[in-house]
Amino acid sequence: MKVYVAIKRVIDPYIKVRVKSDGSGVETANVKMSMNPFCEIAVEEAIRLREAGHADEVVVVSAGEAACQEQLRTALALGADRAIHIETDAVVEPLSVAKLLAALVKQDQPELFILGKQSIDTDNNQVAQMLSALLGYSQGTFASNVTIESDVVTNGVRQAIIVTREVDGGLETLRLTLPAILSTDLRLNEPRYASLPNIMKAKKKPLDVLTPETLGVTIKNHQDVIEILTPTPRAAGVKVDSVTELVDKLKNSAKVI
Amino acid sequence: MTILIIAEHDNHRLGGEILKSVGAVSTLKLNIDVLVIGSQCQSVTEEASRIDGISRVLVADDPNYKDQLAENSALLIAEIATDYSHIVASATTFGKNLLPRVAALLDVGMLSDVVIIESEDTVIRPIYAGNALARVRSSDSKLLMTLRGSAFDAASLGETQAEQKALDIVIGNDWSELVERQASESERPELSAARVVVSGGRALGSKENFALIEQLADKLDGAIGASRAAVDAGYISNDYQVGQTGKIVAPELYIAVGISGAIQHLAGMKDAKVIVAINSDPEAPIFEIADYGLVGDLFDILPELIDSV
Repeated sequence: MKVYVAIKRVIDPYIKVRVKSDGSGVETANVKMSMNPFCEIAVEEAIRLREAGHADEVVVVSAGEAACQEQLRTALALGADRAIHIETDAVVEPLSVAKLLAALVKQDQPELFILGKQSIDTDNNQVAQMLSALLGYSQGTFASNVTIESDVVTNGVRQAIIVTREVDGGLETLRLTLPAILSTDLRLNEPRYASLPNIMKAKKKPLDVLTPETLGVTIKNHQDVIEILTPTPRAAGVKVDSVTELVDKLKNSAKVI
Repeated sequence: MTILIIAEHDNHRLGGEILKSVGAVSTLKLNIDVLVIGSQCQSVTEEASRIDGISRVLVADDPNYKDQLAENSALLIAEIATDYSHIVASATTFGKNLLPRVAALLDVGMLSDVVIIESEDTVIRPIYAGNALARVRSSDSKLLMTLRGSAFDAASLGETQAEQKALDIVIGNDWSELVERQASESERPELSAARVVVSGGRALGSKENFALIEQLADKLDGAIGASRAAVDAGYISNDYQVGQTGKIVAPELYIAVGISGAIQHLAGMKDAKVIVAINSDPEAPIFEIADYGLVGDLFDILPELIDSV
């Protein structure tokens, strides 16, 4: 089975972002960029599927500016076989990303496509669901466990995967017909680190560069971001010296207990 | 111009978050229809029809919709979408799973986790784990959005019955089937709706010590929460996680015990009315947003606090 993974270049999760004073966006100049943490989990899961003999090839894809290739090289160093960069400087909203990925799927027909559940910059949590809708595939979002049902084989093709999902109030397990789209939740796995020899080897692995035009997709924007605002900061608090003082404050000043 | 709100339920009871969604969109002064997709969900329909401020309850009641899976539910919603200017769901795992699928079927964008509805086409939503807010205008003919419950006041349940209309659109699901659902059992108030939340972090040190958090929560009639570190360490299951990747809460009182206050966690609780931090490290970032901070060993402080509230 062929597994595709989508990855996104985002501001490093440990950076505290600053809103630009003119409200046009957040400061990205000289800010450390990384692979979105949920995408790292997606890459890890795909590689584990290959190590377990379920996947023959792991392909990583990213859409965006030229610098995305850094994150694609990282994924190759982690063990992906080849990479596809869909190069564009346009703002790509989730629906456009889904259309670009759907065009690739139609060309190459992977049985499984794994994405992160959300990117930590725009916090949308939409692309995986949109991709499965465009393709008419099943979806297993917020996955915390994935099992290939290897005993069910028809015409040489595995028919289903079992996906446990993290939902409000507990867990839900689904059986999905392949081909399927998955999105990863935090507890699916713990991503590995790339070793130095693998980073060197990754430089030689194939990385194809495509454009939205070659995929026949027009990037359309459905939303205008009018302004980026800084959240109102909380008023400074006080330190109390004892439990008695704390309880007194909560009862008599804040009146919450 | 009518708004369609997708109801979340378990075929017996209506999920509480829909009242927040109705409250949120009521400012737009448009007609509101509620859609119930399920199987043998008569009690849910009855409950939904009592929500104040709605016009109609549409019901798609069929065995095919028993588990409310995304694949056929999305097709059903897309089929009736023509009549609506806005399609809305709560920003719960149910809404987040379903609504983007509907958006793509309709070829429109979507607005996730909206916290302020400014007008019929403009909203405010948090980005970067709540460290920035985006004011976004949609240029789509239809606005699809999920609403963050903690940001809105709930509509009430009255006695008046809204009109009920049965939908006879039946769509099967060959893509996915439910194997099982495992609920986390809890006697305490639901985390995202609780007035008081007591959360524990890695500093608790063990699953057994987490009982101290539970005792304090029970004294205050509150819910328990946790940081990701506590969940990853196995002290408590992940549906108690508060944060960007867990639940977003805005209770009246949030007590963070042994939680350093990583950006990820703050995104889930910084809109609480009063925040209390108990931590042994006076430099912990949680103290920057806490209204009341107490520096010290939680194993000394918690028992004393449990006794005095």
